[in-house]
Amino acid sequence: MAEGPTPRIVVAEADFDLGTEAGRLEDGPDTGAVVTFTGRVRDVPGDADASLDHMLIEHYPGMTERALTDMARQAAERWPLSGVTIIHRHGRLAPGDRIMMVATASRHRDAAFDAAAFLMDYLKSRAPFWKKEVTADGAIWVDARETDEAALDRWID
Amino acid sequence: MTLDVLYFAWLRERIGLGREVIETEAATVADLVAELRTREERYALAFSDMTTVRCAVDQDLVPLDTPLTGAREVAFFPPMTGG
Repeated sequence: MAEGPTPRIVVAEADFDLGTEAGRLEDGPDTGAVVTFTGRVRDVPGDADASLDHMLIEHYPGMTERALTDMARQAAERWPLSGVTIIHRHGRLAPGDRIMMVATASRHRDAAFDAAAFLMDYLKSRAPFWKKEVTADGAIWVDARETDEAALDRWID
Repeated sequence: MTLDVLYFAWLRERIGLGREVIETEAATVADLVAELRTREERYALAFSDMTTVRCAVDQDLVPLDTPLTGAREVAFFPPMTGG
């Protein structure tokens, strides 16, 4: 990525402010479109009947930042982006908490939407995060979904 | 060679530790897994179904037949569930 934007990558326990993060991408005179996606903790776990008490997110410090930076660079190589932000939280999260966000900025909306979708698809299956759902019945590691893996196929040229 | 070996999520829980230093002559990641399996029951259990295990060598996601030449850090973990 010789001329692409420097991606903003944040991996932290702390929450983030969506407005502030979107605002960071609005400063370029050439930026006509900013797309943001936010992921939140649902209160009903995937396979359980009991409602979620909290979620624990584990990650691989070092590799996580590398993987996210690499994804952001790939996105900037495929689409003419003026900015890319990826934020992912780890640790203990309650229902309704924000988990992560992706934001992309470009001249036009198509590139910003496509790059955001690309980043989300890669983040699901290629960034080293693991979710554990804790309910009154116990704690379960969330299984990876085949549909998430299959979603990557559409980005392979 | 001396390797830092890391485990995450249920692999970490089954093996009972997140990181250890291993002295090995294993040629590939798969060879290392075979060696670990013979150590103790908990390793054999954690590595009983390799279709549910992913690995990274020096923080790059790689297939199990990857050579360990020059490697310093090997990590084992389940399929990732970010986002």
